Amino acid sequence: MTNSQLTPGIVPGRLSPESYAGNFADIAPPLDPHEVQVAADRCYFCHDAPCVAACPTAIDIPLFIRQIATGTPEAAARTIFSQNILGGICARVCPTETLCEGACVREAAEGRPVAIGRLQRHATDRLMARNAHPFPRAEPSGKRVAVVGAGPAGLSAAHRLAMKGHEVTLYDARPKAGGLNEYGIAAYKVAGGFAQAEVDWLMGIGGIAAKPGTMLGRDITLDGLQAGHDAVFLGLGLGGVNALRVEGEDMAHVLPATGFIRELRQAADLAALPIGRDVVVIGGGMTAIDAAVQAKLLGAETVSLVYRRSRAAMGASVVEQDLAASKGVRIICNAAPLQIIGNGAVAEVEFAYTGEVAPEAGGRPGLQLLPQTFRLRADQVFKAIGQTLDEMPKGLALAGGKIAVTGPGRTSLAGVWAGGDCAAGGDDLTVTAVAEGRDAAEDIHLFLTGSAAHG
Amino acid sequence: MADLTTTFIGITSPNPFWLASAPPTDKEYNVRRAFQAGWGGVVWKTLGAEGPPVVNVNGPRYGVVHGADRRVLGLNNIELITDRPLEVNLREIKSVKRDWPDRALVISLMVPCDEESWRDILARIEDTGADGVELNFGCPHGMAERGMGSAVGQVPEYIEMVTRWVKTHSRMPCIVKLTPNIADIRKPAEAAKRGGADAVSLINTVNSITAVNLDSFAPEPMIDGKGTHGGYCGPAVKPIALNMVAEIARSAETRGLPISGIGGITTWRDAAEFMALGAGNVQVCTAAMTYGFKVVQEMISGLSDYLDGKGFAATSELVGRAVPNVTDWQFLNLNYVTKAQIDPDLCIGCGRCHAACEDTSHQAIAMGPGRVFTVKDEDCVACNLCLDVCPVEECITMRELPEGAVDPRTGRVVAGYANWTRHPNNPMAREAAE
Ligand SMILES: Cc1cc2nc3c(=O)[nH]c(=O)nc-3n(C[C@H](O)[C@H](O)[C@H](O)COP(=O)(O)OP(=O)(O)OC[C@H]3O[C@@H](n4cnc5c(N)ncnc54)[C@H](O)[C@@H]3O)c2cc1C
Ligand SMILES: Cc1cc2nc3c(=O)[nH]c(=O)nc-3n(C[C@H](O)[C@H](O)[C@H](O)COP(=O)(O)O)c2cc1C
Ligand code: SF4
Repeated sequence: MTNSQLTPGIVPGRLSPESYAGNFADIAPPLDPHEVQVAADRCYFCHDAPCVAACPTAIDIPLFIRQIATGTPEAAARTIFSQNILGGICARVCPTETLCEGACVREAAEGRPVAIGRLQRHATDRLMARNAHPFPRAEPSGKRVAVVGAGPAGLSAAHRLAMKGHEVTLYDARPKAGGLNEYGIAAYKVAGGFAQAEVDWLMGIGGIAAKPGTMLGRDITLDGLQAGHDAVFLGLGLGGVNALRVEGEDMAHVLPATGFIRELRQAADLAALPIGRDVVVIGGGMTAIDAAVQAKLLGAETVSLVYRRSRAAMGASVVEQDLAASKGVRIICNAAPLQIIGNGAVAEVEFAYTGEVAPEAGGRPGLQLLPQTFRLRADQVFKAIGQTLDEMPKGLALAGGKIAVTGPGRTSLAGVWAGGDCAAGGDDLTVTAVAEGRDAAEDIHLFLTGSAAHG
Repeated sequence: MADLTTTFIGITSPNPFWLASAPPTDKEYNVRRAFQAGWGGVVWKTLGAEGPPVVNVNGPRYGVVHGADRRVLGLNNIELITDRPLEVNLREIKSVKRDWPDRALVISLMVPCDEESWRDILARIEDTGADGVELNFGCPHGMAERGMGSAVGQVPEYIEMVTRWVKTHSRMPCIVKLTPNIADIRKPAEAAKRGGADAVSLINTVNSITAVNLDSFAPEPMIDGKGTHGGYCGPAVKPIALNMVAEIARSAETRGLPISGIGGITTWRDAAEFMALGAGNVQVCTAAMTYGFKVVQEMISGLSDYLDGKGFAATSELVGRAVPNVTDWQFLNLNYVTKAQIDPDLCIGCGRCHAACEDTSHQAIAMGPGRVFTVKDEDCVACNLCLDVCPVEECITMRELPEGAVDPRTGRVVAGYANWTRHPNNPMAREAAE
């Protein structure tokens, strides 16, 4: 039996075996040495550079680019890693067009910024290829810190704490560390098993004991952690997903996009992964784009991404939108789902066009369903309309559905810090999680060494 | 369309662009292709005396300095004069000149420093049909160790002596090619003039080491673990060459001596600058070695358009136009006051002007909220550094304060022309006044 893009239903192997390798290959392969020279040479070495201000981890970008330009990529990598230990994955997944590169003066000058992300990848790849860890650990402090969640926030915090000489235990509910680096980011951004390789490399600092498969609330409790450690950092991410709240949502093949992506990221053989002929993705953020693009790359014949607001309001950057369009994803804006139609399993989704009405108090414009409707055929529907915090331990104050924090990640509980997607404030981005984990770790360090107040 | 036909010391060529004596002119094959591409003339690769030819190294003979994107900014070489037999070169020169009578063909010469050697070589080239000779007193490596090239060019008495021999034993126009490896370029030019030279050409290459290999600890280009100084040329040497040309053009002793300008000429604009400073024509080597002979086509169209734009009918109207404006520092107008000004619309906010002025100049550029950069007139000395380091053309410009305005830095009213010779701080001026 061979399937094609036209095979009805949800089936594996819609493409030739080679197509999978090609479709999921590195989307931005490393620059070659000459490209690196040319790209590095374009940096103006700005004073108090705007790109640095635009980087949540404040990497000294002009300095590292100059180090590359003068033939010392490993020094460049140390500059990067000293601010952002996950500079390797950030080089691959950061929406640089809205961060550093968006602020680059050459973007202002000629609409073509310095290729900061790709230069960062060049430098970090070079140092990581030697499998050398760039930083030594300080003398053991005798202090113990529990880090829960081994995503970017937790890894970053754990690394900084270990570097300062503290003893870190890193718990994660899942079998592999990395968080969404491993289970969420689009496969073509982190080709070649990069996420696990990076975790292994990061752990090279020493002093971090990994406890995979250990879930807070099931296997361990916050009280227990506090009793056994001098401080606790929570980097739990967002485990839940928002519901569509429309009729038919509980039909078969209507699933969270994050689950589909997780399965895809863990699939040993992409050709064996079933995908619908007609796929509908609902949402307008990075997750929606990634689900839509990867559904298309798996061989779906039609993939429609439907977002209830305008293009400009989409969470996904223009670069991401263009990527989706270039892969053949149809983006439909200003339309919201009305009902999911089918006989046990989804067959169609009905949408109504939307119009904007006067802003909700202080916020975005309200939406009104217009009388015009349309239907899309669908073998699968992926919901990507936002993630939510899982149930949290008692006593942790929340703000806007996330853990409330002040300053560098201090929660309402003494001795407990939080950062990354689970904590209020900041964009839900890998690099933001890294920054928050790092800053919380610095604060924890001050606390453990007796010079800060969050006891 | 302006007529680029140029007559230099009686030698007429369809344009002022000649190839300098170097590998591009080392043999018939190259020179024919050069003429086909449009070059107005060539100075044939330097010929040596009769006898076994010189030998070159068999390892790398060029070193390089790269700019962005491996753009060649400077080239250095340890090549000697032609390593092909004299008879072969003479035969080829004759054959090329016969087929290309409208192009200039000058023969470069370098023989030992005795009258007999020079008389002999001049006799040998007599019937080639060549238009003139150029005496290579410039080559800074290899040949200089044997008492030729720049070893002669650095001693004005030798230059004068050899030039006189040449003028005595030949009826050909004679160009003396000068080395820049000397403190005062006017001295060898004066010597050449005294010896009867019809013109000088300059510059030959600058003594240099382009790079040091930090693994083998030897200069580049490296020959079996060793290196030697070579001759530097290409865009990097142009400013040095321009100054030397200007010094000769404006010196009372050498004024009016025809000059063939050489050194880093890469575009029509470079050529026009040399000519404005007094060069009657120009010679090119590195640009051709980098891009091939075709570059001359841009030089021809560019110079021609420029002359048209200026309303000049011939290159002679351009030659020397800038010379009267090259002066000594002491005659510059000290009452000419300008201030930098930054165009906020063009500014891209890199802040390089601020860093430069704040760290290394006069703390005259303020950085305001939103990366707005403004010049503080009360501190700006108009040094030009901000303008030079700004990556955006025309973003920072110099604004002249009109006579009668007050310079906020000094509090003084801008007055008319006054130079150092009369300045109150000048002890010499005070003596003169007393
Ligand atoms: C599909 C998708 C694509 C994305 N693409 C990008 C992108 O291209 N670029 C970008 O910058 N950002 C992207 N993001 C966002 C980015 O992945 C997140 O912002 C980032 O991973 C947040 O890091 P974190 O450490 O806070 O959380 P996570 O990465 O979610 O890690 C949380 C970790 O905590 C563990 N955990 C959760 N609960 C418990 C518990 N009770 N006990 C123990 N362990 C627990 C989880 O298993 C997980 O390992 C994407 C997100 C998604 C969903
Ligand atoms: C490889 C090489 C060989 C040269 N050989 C000679 C030579 O034999 N005789 C000579 O007068 N000048 C020689 N020159 C100097 C050039 O004629 C010219 O003066 C110099 O390169 C500066 O011009 P440019 O900047 O256009 O190259 C040589 C230059 C190079 C690069
Ligand atoms: S001209 Fe010189 S002193 Fe004036 S603002 Fe520019 S750098 Fe500063």
